[in-house]
Amino acid sequence: MTDPTIPPETATPETSAPRGFWQRLFDSDIWFSWSRSPVTIIATLVALALILGAALAPWIAPHTPFNPATVELMDGFTPPGAQALSGTSYLLGTDDQGRDMLSTIMYGSRVSLFVGFAATLFAMTLGIALGLTAGYRGGFADTLIMRIADVQLSFPAILIALLIFGVAQGLIPASQQEQTAVWVLILAIGLSNWAQFARTVRGTTMVERQKDYVSAARLLGRNPLAIVTRHVLPNVLGPVLVIATISLALAIIEEATLSYLGVGVPPTQPSLGTLIRIGQRFLFSGEWWILAFPAVTLILLALSVNLLGDWLRDALNPRLRK
Amino acid sequence: MLIFILRRLFQSVIVMLVVALIAFLIFRYVGDPIVSMAGVDTRLEDQELMRQRLGLNDPFYVQFWNFLTNALQGNFGISYRLQQPAMRLILDRLPATIELAVVSATLALVLGVLMGIFTALRARSFLSGVIMTLSLVGVSLPTFLIGIGLIYIFAVELQWLPSNGRGVTVQLGWWRTGFLTESGLRSLILPAITLSLFQMTLIMRLVRAEMMEVLRSDYIRFARARGLPDRVINFRHALKNTLVPVITITGLQLGSVIAFAIVTETVFQWPGVGSLFITSVQAVDVPVMATYLMMVGLVFVTINLVVDILYYLVDPRLRVQGKGR
Repeated sequence: MTDPTIPPETATPETSAPRGFWQRLFDSDIWFSWSRSPVTIIATLVALALILGAALAPWIAPHTPFNPATVELMDGFTPPGAQALSGTSYLLGTDDQGRDMLSTIMYGSRVSLFVGFAATLFAMTLGIALGLTAGYRGGFADTLIMRIADVQLSFPAILIALLIFGVAQGLIPASQQEQTAVWVLILAIGLSNWAQFARTVRGTTMVERQKDYVSAARLLGRNPLAIVTRHVLPNVLGPVLVIATISLALAIIEEATLSYLGVGVPPTQPSLGTLIRIGQRFLFSGEWWILAFPAVTLILLALSVNLLGDWLRDALNPRLRK
Repeated sequence: MLIFILRRLFQSVIVMLVVALIAFLIFRYVGDPIVSMAGVDTRLEDQELMRQRLGLNDPFYVQFWNFLTNALQGNFGISYRLQQPAMRLILDRLPATIELAVVSATLALVLGVLMGIFTALRARSFLSGVIMTLSLVGVSLPTFLIGIGLIYIFAVELQWLPSNGRGVTVQLGWWRTGFLTESGLRSLILPAITLSLFQMTLIMRLVRAEMMEVLRSDYIRFARARGLPDRVINFRHALKNTLVPVITITGLQLGSVIAFAIVTETVFQWPGVGSLFITSVQAVDVPVMATYLMMVGLVFVTINLVVDILYYLVDPRLRVQGKGR
């Protein structure tokens, strides 16, 4: 974190005429490193497939699992691929209420990914803002923010998220809890993950602050807010991107864990964690597919995002580049 | 030495006060205690009377002071859900969690250090490769999935081990232990493995990295030049110097064992404080939540303090620095 990462596009020497975006992308170091790592390519494809499947669920899912009108209760517990009583066959089987597992998982990943992305975005915004303030202003603000981050980092994120969730549920009237649950969850997970962002951004900002371009901007009389957001911020984004990817995997797992514990999203909007919680009930009676497919989806999602984060960290680190 | 401990002790007290303040704020302002205790059909005058008697109209600092003095005497109020003192609920379930946490932490420490040493010394071997790959997968899998996987293999398919509960327990004074019966010990195996896996991989990777770093250093090369046997070099010279960071991380990780115990206890329906906390969060049972927070805070602060003092005892450099001041 000592050296600011040079944006890879500018690292390659600019040749003649202005080139298109795709041309520049294919010439960049990032692309080179990506195309040389089979594991990363597979991880990208898996992550993309899962994200697309989740995002397009309302259009491409074979069934609408949460519309009682289209669910055949008679088809409950149909094993994967088998012919159900109503004559339909379900690729991944059905759950106890006859809902198609494939569609349930697609809608479930939708909730998981939405919460994961939103919570990471929230943690990132908060962390960057506080990190920039601490790093640029220094002094008391720095001490205060970093102390809070230290204390928070010594407590496990899941505990903090649980506590925030519990408190929020106590403050919100019971009638509105179902609509607000997803947002409370995003708030709780976001608030439990901001500290890593703040630490990194603060470190990089303190290095950047010493540089000539910041002094120049200050001499020109730009106000501190503009210096920080327009000049310093773009230069600290490299490490932030890496943390954001890893943080996304963490947020997805955290959401799954909370929902598994039964304190996350309401049962009307099941996420992958809720599906696993439901599936565990049928583990002993032999209906393994109700548990196995959501679990595999969650593992694939977490693993592929984690691998992408690992690769990004190495690809953006100039010291590892040869 | 004494000054160092006193200063750390003072910091710990401050942190505890902050935790107490948060617990108090949750206790006092999340939901209305009167409504939770009295129910909706109590007359307004009676509610006001209760408010007076419980001191809820007193100024903020008086209430906080009362909360603190009560907390020091172990009095955290009555659980809204179970109508029993919150402290007693926690104490009843504490032995289950402590037994689980201690067994898992020991497991993680012993196996983690052993595997760490092995993978560092035999970095090229096939088995090291297997261990390292498995540890990578272990880190990215959520705890509850590992637990469910173990239940599926050992309880459903093989039917070797029980999948939930503590088995038969024995009452020893106020401590209810599962160590003394066969079913108690068998019930402990799966939850303990689940809870220890994450810490185990963490400790293993740390020991491995530190050990490889140390093995490259000059004094190890010198020891080899002196013709000392490998066993002495690896264990007396190298391992000793890797242990300082291991102690710190392990100590701090003990705290997360308690947090992950929440998840593990839910998967295996282990009757500990973690599952009590989950049901309290679901039911917004504020006194139990506040008590749990205080308890976890106390455990964390104590662990931090002990680790700092251990650090001081293990690393002589810190002592010399302390004397110089």
